[in-house]
Amino acid sequence: MTELKLPSIDYSALSPILIMLGTALLGVLVEALVPRRWRHVVQLTLALLAVLAALTMVVLNADERMITAGQALAVDGPTLFLQGAILVLAAMALLLIGDRSVERGGAFVAQAAVTAESADDRRQAEGRNGLTEVYPLTTFAIGGMLIFVAANDLLTMFIALEVFSLPLYLLCALARRRRLLSQEAAMKYFLLGAYSSAFFLFGVALIYGFTSGIPGRTAGVDFATINAAVSESPASQVLLFAGMALLAIGLLFKAAAAPFHVWTPDVYQGAPTPVTGFMAACTKVAAFGALLRVFHVAFADAAWDFTPVLGAVAVLTMLVGAVLAVTQTDIKRLLAYSSIANAGYLLVGVLAPSRDGLSGTMFYLVAYGFSVLAAFAVVTLVRDADGEATHLSRWAGLGRRSPFFAGLFTFILLAFAGIPLTSGFTSKFAIFGPALDGGQAWLVIAGVLTSMVLAFPYLRVVVMMWLSEPGESTPTVTVPGGLTAAALMIGVLATLVLGVAPAPLLDLATGAAEFVR
Amino acid sequence: MEETVEYAQATGLLGSVWLLVAIPLVSAAVLLLLGRRADRWGHWLGVAAIGAAFVLGLSFFFQLRGLENKSVELSLWDFIAVGDLRVDFGLLFDPLAAVFVLLITGVGFLIHLYAVEYMAHDAGRRRFFAYFNLFVAAMLLLVLGNNYVMLYFGWEGVGLASYLLISFWYGRPSAATAGKKAFLMNRVGDTGLAIGIFIMFATLGTTQYDEVFNGVGALTSTTVLVLGLLLLLGAAGKSGQFPLQAWLPDAMEGPTPVSALIHAATMVTAGVYLIARSNPIFSANSTLQLVVLSVGALTLLMGCIIGAAKDDIKRVLAWSTVSQIGYMFLGVGLGGGAYALAIIHLLAHGFFKANMFLGAGSVMHGMNDQVDIRRFGGLRKHMKITWLTFMMGWLAIIGLPPLSGYFSKEPIIASAFEREDWTAWLYGGAALLGAGLTAFYMTRLFVLTFHGPKRWTEDIEHPHESPMLMTIPLILLAAGSVAAGGLMVLNGGVASWLAPVLGEEATGEAHGVLSHEVITILSLLVTVLGAGLAWFLFRAGTATAQQPAGVLVTAARRNLYADAVNEAVFEKPGIFLTRALVYLDNRGIDGLVNGLAAAVGGGSGRLRRMQTGFVRSYATSILAGALLVMAAFLAVQAGWLA
Repeated sequence: MTELKLPSIDYSALSPILIMLGTALLGVLVEALVPRRWRHVVQLTLALLAVLAALTMVVLNADERMITAGQALAVDGPTLFLQGAILVLAAMALLLIGDRSVERGGAFVAQAAVTAESADDRRQAEGRNGLTEVYPLTTFAIGGMLIFVAANDLLTMFIALEVFSLPLYLLCALARRRRLLSQEAAMKYFLLGAYSSAFFLFGVALIYGFTSGIPGRTAGVDFATINAAVSESPASQVLLFAGMALLAIGLLFKAAAAPFHVWTPDVYQGAPTPVTGFMAACTKVAAFGALLRVFHVAFADAAWDFTPVLGAVAVLTMLVGAVLAVTQTDIKRLLAYSSIANAGYLLVGVLAPSRDGLSGTMFYLVAYGFSVLAAFAVVTLVRDADGEATHLSRWAGLGRRSPFFAGLFTFILLAFAGIPLTSGFTSKFAIFGPALDGGQAWLVIAGVLTSMVLAFPYLRVVVMMWLSEPGESTPTVTVPGGLTAAALMIGVLATLVLGVAPAPLLDLATGAAEFVR
Repeated sequence: MEETVEYAQATGLLGSVWLLVAIPLVSAAVLLLLGRRADRWGHWLGVAAIGAAFVLGLSFFFQLRGLENKSVELSLWDFIAVGDLRVDFGLLFDPLAAVFVLLITGVGFLIHLYAVEYMAHDAGRRRFFAYFNLFVAAMLLLVLGNNYVMLYFGWEGVGLASYLLISFWYGRPSAATAGKKAFLMNRVGDTGLAIGIFIMFATLGTTQYDEVFNGVGALTSTTVLVLGLLLLLGAAGKSGQFPLQAWLPDAMEGPTPVSALIHAATMVTAGVYLIARSNPIFSANSTLQLVVLSVGALTLLMGCIIGAAKDDIKRVLAWSTVSQIGYMFLGVGLGGGAYALAIIHLLAHGFFKANMFLGAGSVMHGMNDQVDIRRFGGLRKHMKITWLTFMMGWLAIIGLPPLSGYFSKEPIIASAFEREDWTAWLYGGAALLGAGLTAFYMTRLFVLTFHGPKRWTEDIEHPHESPMLMTIPLILLAAGSVAAGGLMVLNGGVASWLAPVLGEEATGEAHGVLSHEVITILSLLVTVLGAGLAWFLFRAGTATAQQPAGVLVTAARRNLYADAVNEAVFEKPGIFLTRALVYLDNRGIDGLVNGLAAAVGGGSGRLRRMQTGFVRSYATSILAGALLVMAAFLAVQAGWLA
């Protein structure tokens, strides 16, 4: 009989995670106990306060460097930086989710069970208040992401993956308008997500097998054991490499890298726009946070052997994203392909095996998150009687109708295109520089070439907005309520500030760019 | 010349030298930003800004007189710091800068004052004063900078302001074209200056005046020659010297106060300033000096000859500026003590040329904007103040003693003769001939405008004198035209004041080909001859239409074919080159680019079809991708890759 020993847990280091998960549970209770009228205010306040509290704890923990909860969670520089990033971006996303003035009742369906396109459905679309279950779902997802970037063994990582994925599948299905599209997106996301989880889990199993058989060590999937096994295990290397490949596939699916990106355009288009923004910003941070940790910590000694393979994935991702963006006609799909291409750029950063590469990648995640949330915030504003007008032809002449918002959107598109004085330029620089130093010139060349291709679809939108005459079908831009306006302005300002004065955040990222092992 | 150049740090009152640039600049910004709200009082703000700058300039001047070192430097902030290139945003206030500051703000102030009335009926008066202030600010920056980059900064600012002002009435095609012409010809010179600055940085690693001047001795003579020629190209562009003189007369398209400002206080003097400031560079190479000298001599004769054939009152004055600046280039080209003579002539010229331009403006004001001197005549009875003040300017420019032109021009002619070989005859002769021609065409201008019979157009019944606000500046400038020259040479005057910057005057008796007395008598003689001839020919007026003329006059009327040469040598090949490049761009490069774009677009369309919307095909493609990645990883493991 081995004695069961409780692992020591540093609760204060884990407090951000605990706060988010606790709030999510509290949110479920609120759904049950608080009268319907008050739920929206209570839930939104609760969620925002929780994010704020968690962020405060992240800041207070800024100097913590430890592995706790029995090797399961690592609290170190990258964890804290990425948790902070997730929380800030999630706060912006919550502002978008909580807005009920742009669309009466909010972007979410009032009753998810009503058959789509039925008479009941049409009635509920006319301004009944949306579901408030979205808040606990969102907080669960945030909590899962916080665990995901901190996970120090593969099983915890898998649990976290499911904790943040399941609420996202649900959230995707809750759009108020075009519900069939929304439900279809959720279904696809769920099926393919489950599919990719299977790959991940299979990979975990193979790695577990690989770690067994080292004299004096028990088998396990925590990163320290894996790291030791890479150099010491007597088991066949085939296990290791097949396992790594499967793990990578699971993570690259979440990161939306080609050829595992196929779900992205459909899901981004179908999901309620605030949720799309949340996924584009926060899921990206979480997925790349996990990728960085797996490759920098667990497989540190073996990982760089297969740089060419992941490099090929990166190039393919950039190409697919950029080339397909050229012919898109829907703004949300266009942004989806742009997000795919950006996943490619981020992979370039992951493959720069240096501290600068790590900090550049983290900087890129933050900068891109701000811009993409601002972009989706604008998308929620451009609408007509049937909801958001996402077809690009409808955006023609928008600059004449609403020069201010068209101006903001132009600025964001220029940031995506990497024009100097925007964060798009500084963040690409932060990634391509270390990659070049790391001898990955071919990736940088591919990155620059695809950036040129990508500039075309962005500038096409700009040209349409400013140089076309507004037609009869040009929608108006709703003057946003306080919440959306706040999210939009934060996003635009961050894009500008990080473009003009990136040094403070870059320094912070560089200071944080060291994993504990 | 081997002594090192050093500047002391500015302290006390002189620490605020930057205000000289800041005040007009802020005023310009206020006028431009407030827009129409400033229409009612904007012009007075503009005048006050220059007035304040003048008062400040005076007090700085007296401060500087009290200093032992006679120069202060003020580093404001790091302007450019890239790699090895360190450029201060720094100012230098020394005797040379001080006299320029006084000229720019003093004469500039009077011109501003005059423009209040002159532009009273123009809807764009506020905008005009904004540009005017900008012009002065840029010029002050140009003369106050302590390195070549600052000078270039002001240089470009002057170019911009002149463009805005020359084409101020941009509705007129001729004004818009003249603005462009000035800008383009200036760019040719500016490029020279810019390359010169690059060479300084490449060879000396610095652009600070003191470091450059101390380092010139270490350069090869070829480098100095090339550097100097590039600086000269820049100077010729700004100052309207051969071969870049063609823009200056066209610049008359701007309102008359602009011409006065360009010709008297700002812009054209910049070239002379550049060469005087860079005197250690120019003195270091005698070939270089010879080139400057030749440019000066050639331009001064060209200006006189063309000026004698023109009928537009402002154009005659413009060509006379070209020619007078030629005298100044002659002075700086002679080197040594003649540097100071050139600056003295520049200052004196500032007064009498501003005086005559504003006088011309006053005449136009009374004559419905007529500019053709053949349609004037007999105005002395109707515009007494303008007539008398213009007379002072005329007597000053032809160099009649004791007016200021005599004291400033005659020494330059004398210096030109102070050479020991045949070149004395060449340059001295040119200067002397120029003096005679100047007397001729200026007298022609004066007589045809103010004397003789009326030849007015029918729409003018009774020309009127201009209002007080215009005549007061005229009177003050006329006083300057009379007295400035004498005052400046009194007790060594300006020359000894400038000695710390430009070197001591040559004290030993120079052995020229002619004695000083002979030259004085000769130059007075040609002046009187020229003036007398003009008076005799034009005392009874002239035909009001253009008369057929001989080869020389026709050539002069056509600006000695300089425009034609420009057209044939630069414009035609330029247009051909542009067309060829456009063709290449359309057919070759665009074809390539469009082809690539089409390929991307086509590829995109084809790839899009793979995005079917069916989960089953998505799952298949994920599976295929997964197999590929697995295979690749295993290939890596087996050592087949990497």
